[in-house]
Amino acid sequence: MSLLASARDWLDERFHWAELIAPLKKKTVPVHKLSPWYFLGGITLFLFMIQVCTGILLLLYYRPGANESFESVQYIMTRVQFGWLVRSIHSYAANLMILTAFAHMFSVVFLRAYRKPRELTWVSGMLLLFLAMGFGFSGYLLPWNTLAFFATKVGTEISGQVPLIGHGIMVFLRGGEDVTGATVTRFFGFHVAVLPGITTLLILVHLALVQYFGMSVPPGVEARWKASPGEARQMKFFPNFFLRELMAWYIALGVLGALAAIRPWDLGTKADPFSAAPAGIRPEWYFMFMFQTLKEIPAKVWFLDGEVVGILTFGAAGALWLLLPFFDPLARGRGRRFIMGAAIFALSYMIAMTTYGYLAK
Amino acid sequence: MQSHDSTAAGPPRRRFVEAILGGGLLASLASFFYPVLRYLIPPRVVDLGVDEVVAAKVGELRANGSKIFRFGSHPALLVMTTEGEYRALSAVCTHLSCTVQYRSDLHEIWCACHNGLYDLNGRNISGPPPRPLQAFHVHVRGDEIVVSRIREA
Repeated sequence: MSLLASARDWLDERFHWAELIAPLKKKTVPVHKLSPWYFLGGITLFLFMIQVCTGILLLLYYRPGANESFESVQYIMTRVQFGWLVRSIHSYAANLMILTAFAHMFSVVFLRAYRKPRELTWVSGMLLLFLAMGFGFSGYLLPWNTLAFFATKVGTEISGQVPLIGHGIMVFLRGGEDVTGATVTRFFGFHVAVLPGITTLLILVHLALVQYFGMSVPPGVEARWKASPGEARQMKFFPNFFLRELMAWYIALGVLGALAAIRPWDLGTKADPFSAAPAGIRPEWYFMFMFQTLKEIPAKVWFLDGEVVGILTFGAAGALWLLLPFFDPLARGRGRRFIMGAAIFALSYMIAMTTYGYLAK
Repeated sequence: MQSHDSTAAGPPRRRFVEAILGGGLLASLASFFYPVLRYLIPPRVVDLGVDEVVAAKVGELRANGSKIFRFGSHPALLVMTTEGEYRALSAVCTHLSCTVQYRSDLHEIWCACHNGLYDLNGRNISGPPPRPLQAFHVHVRGDEIVVSRIREA
């Protein structure tokens, strides 16, 4: 008996291993022309795992604080062997992860994979996307460079505009009235302890739900398969789909390595709280559409402050988006087309505003 | 002899015990979380309450030039106009608290974050800023340019 087989038997005797992995063996993936979209969630998961690994590596040298953050990242980039590679991969993978998460979300919207019974899968996924943005926002400040300093100042100030609770949130986030070394310490805590803990737990929930309900088949394909069941095609998850997914992961890793080697992530200049904000202050690209919108809203809209209107609008839109699957059954025909229209509008708005944000002075 | 589940005495007594237990549990939970919540709120930093600072030396600035200096715990801006007059203003943009700068090409004060513009009196003239910049009083004492808060009469 081979070593592997005897280990399997050993586990099986004690934990009924075969029963435990039986559902995974049965898991299948529908095969149709839209199947490639199924890879996006897995790629996002892979990038998250990269983040955990490179994040742990960065932790070995990084020191939070106004007098140490910038210097320690500089040390990682210039002195630590392959430090530039680890930090660049961490930064690139973070951005790619947000990108694939957004793509995953929009593919779910356009293929209507969120529909019954997968409402909670959607909600858990949206919460994960918000968490990923929280990761991005908190991680952006950690190198304590000028760009990040002002972006964080603006970002936290925006949260301070929320009526009633805003100021409290802002002080809580900043660890004081202003963005200082105390903010870095806080963001560091969120970034390496609070968010990873919650995210890991939620990823497990998300995966369990995906496992429980199986992969959604797009409505059009589903109707066709129902009409002629002979057409329905499935692929085994293990090993067929999994090996394909592994190839996608391998390519993603190659892309990350290439990006990091060709253009190591910039560090910029050290933040100085007593210098003017330089031109070209901007947040990470995935906040750009909101940033640019706030820039365009006039100081006063009717009797309200412009940014309050902006924040409340984005907040309301986000909440509606989170609850999207619960509106879907209420809408038929025209209503459903309206939802699709809103999704297309949201996507084009985000792309247009982001492009505008980078082009406009 | 009364049985344990007698409806006459049992349930009210049980409800009482449950209320005591539940209340105690809630109270103990509150006593655990209260310090945690208080811990999360950062201690108040004492505002230095500066009323007057030396912003620069005479001759440090040229006409149509500027300097950012520290006024208490916030940045402030000293501008020398083309006419050679000094102006001092808070450098904290009233929109989202970025630090503003003097644009010698525009003769105006500009916030790079969201394109806000103020004139040299601190009035918000274009872009998103909702209020004017706080103005300070400037006077020259010896070779020092002293900036102070404008006292309300």
